[in-house]
Amino acid sequence: MKRRDFLKGALAGGALLASGSPAQARPNKTMPPEAVGLLYDSTLCIGCKACVAACKEANGMPPEFSTAEQYWDTPLDISGKTLNVIKMYKAGSGEIKDSEKNGYAFMKVSCLHCVDPSCVSACPVSAMTKDPVNGIVSYDKGACIGCRYCVAACPFGVPRFQYDRPFPQITKCQLCVHRMKEGKYAACAEVCPTGSTLFGKVSDLHAEAKRRLALKPGEDTEFPRGNLNTHDQSSFPAKAAKYLPQIYGDKEVGGTQMLKLSAVPFEKLGMPTLPERSYAATSETMQHTLYGGLVLPLVFLGGLTYIAKRNVKDDDENE
Amino acid sequence: MSATHKHPALTPLGGPLVTPVTVTLAILAATAFVILGIRFVFGIGSVTNVNDGYTWGIWVVYDVMVGSAFACGGYTMALLVYIFNKGEYHPMVRPALLASLFGYTLAGASVIFDLGRYWNTWHIFWPGYAQVNSVMFEVAVCITAYIIVMWIEFSPAFLEKFGLKDIKKKLSKVLFLIIALGVLLPSMHQSSLGSLLVVYGYQIHPLWQTLMLPVLYLMTAVLMGFAIVIFEACLSSSGFRRPLELHLLTKLSRLMTGLLAVYLVVRLGDLAVRGALGFMFEPGVEGLMFWVEMGLFAAPLVLLANPASRLNPARLFISAFCLLLAGFLLRINSYLVGYETGAGWHYFPSVPEIMVSVGMIALEILGYIVLVRYLPILPREEKI
Repeated sequence: MKRRDFLKGALAGGALLASGSPAQARPNKTMPPEAVGLLYDSTLCIGCKACVAACKEANGMPPEFSTAEQYWDTPLDISGKTLNVIKMYKAGSGEIKDSEKNGYAFMKVSCLHCVDPSCVSACPVSAMTKDPVNGIVSYDKGACIGCRYCVAACPFGVPRFQYDRPFPQITKCQLCVHRMKEGKYAACAEVCPTGSTLFGKVSDLHAEAKRRLALKPGEDTEFPRGNLNTHDQSSFPAKAAKYLPQIYGDKEVGGTQMLKLSAVPFEKLGMPTLPERSYAATSETMQHTLYGGLVLPLVFLGGLTYIAKRNVKDDDENE
Repeated sequence: MSATHKHPALTPLGGPLVTPVTVTLAILAATAFVILGIRFVFGIGSVTNVNDGYTWGIWVVYDVMVGSAFACGGYTMALLVYIFNKGEYHPMVRPALLASLFGYTLAGASVIFDLGRYWNTWHIFWPGYAQVNSVMFEVAVCITAYIIVMWIEFSPAFLEKFGLKDIKKKLSKVLFLIIALGVLLPSMHQSSLGSLLVVYGYQIHPLWQTLMLPVLYLMTAVLMGFAIVIFEACLSSSGFRRPLELHLLTKLSRLMTGLLAVYLVVRLGDLAVRGALGFMFEPGVEGLMFWVEMGLFAAPLVLLANPASRLNPARLFISAFCLLLAGFLLRINSYLVGYETGAGWHYFPSVPEIMVSVGMIALEILGYIVLVRYLPILPREEKI
């Protein structure tokens, strides 16, 4: 008897969902109109780490030591003290630049400013936000509760946490958004001597990346440096490398505002192979299916209340 | 409908509060608070092994994910008694609810120890900060609401103690609504504790990453609710030297094994549909831990297959224990063993970190002992 009531309630809920369904698959978010970002060309990177030092200075981050002497800043990875590092891949004899075998290559590790970021979707208190115009993913310590769901959720392992402090923060690259008010741009791109890290509008960076992929290996060309849109620096003349025919960040989890080029497979450089559908879209579709407009919970609450009222009444009569 | 059920009155157990057991429990709880003191002065890293590769350690995965599932006895019993109208289990509701109340309140409280910026916790509930697309938001709001609902559900025990009959009478008029919420809210957040993992994407091993996570977590929470009721009934009958309500436990175990069989079909069916069955045969710690997890889920089906074996208290106890371990492992496996965010990260809880979780469990048991001795929770023993 009662079980049938319960099933009736459940069926009504299902019918309601099927008809006036608030639950529609949430598509990937799209690139903001004035999105800015970086183009990192691994083949141009010489591993000088000027960008690492400039990032520390621009963001007022403390040095981090990995050697016994502790003479200078030597971070091995991004952390609660470091927002940007250059990592090196090495195989076999490690002699040939940009060669997967017996070679070496560099990779910049910092926030990719996803078009549809997992950290923004995960954050329960809007401490991680994506700017609707320039698309920069920034962090507000004033809002943050320190739950670290963003740290765990990010497919690139970017947000980090300060485990050694009583009043810790999440740390991540915010594309030097604080410098933009002064008319400046990302410090890492500003100091890069070869244009390996280039700042600009994502649409222009994308066009530049495609131009490079179309070059013949060994062909002489000019690589813009600094800011691609203002041409504030002279370009760097060099020969085109033997690029892989892939722009990393073009499609990965719905695209990122940091694009990457390389001659060595990205997996080898620590960049994961990712699907086009963003994990944020998958997660939010699931949540909206269950909780959209609170329809399903309210229908179930109605059914449960009705049944509970009858059964509690039975109970009272017994006493 | 349920007019045939006559329940013995609930009564305080009485007896001494200071015993070797309670003193030991109090020392364990005090140790935890000393360690937490260090955490609040020197940071989370000073006492735990969590890192950026495994940012959630046992303070989240055990204390919250597992701890709240262990505290689902009240939810499962309320579901049985008030929704499926199985009035015969009524005497088990209040003790189960008390254990749930403690489990959830401590799970909720221990979240604060793990929050880096705990002083901002209220932001979750504040319009302008609250981010409704976040699964964490749903979990946090829903668990908080459930803790409040449980205290209201449990308040008749206090009201009886202090003789506040009028309030109790008024409360009993709306109790059905509180009971309905007490069934809805755990259904929501226990499933969401699984949903939390969906956004992790490829970082969770295919044996555990699925859109069915909310269903798996919800079903196992109900199962663990059954198991903890049987487990606690056995323990409290031997600890307080009371007769075991074996006829109820036997019937309960039949429902439990039925649901367990459905769970295993859903679990394996999901793996088959996703084409992920093969992963369990791949060598490695993930495959191994999957087999241990599934073995523990299957064990009660074997142990209790024969109806006669359900009359055996030892078998019931061991089956319940296996099921609790199985639910524990599903959560540990999906959050820690099956989680990989990049090469080179390792995590195993530190001793102080474990001592805090142990201290929380001790505090829970201590509170339970004190309250059943002081408040009307357990049915009066019938003198024969």
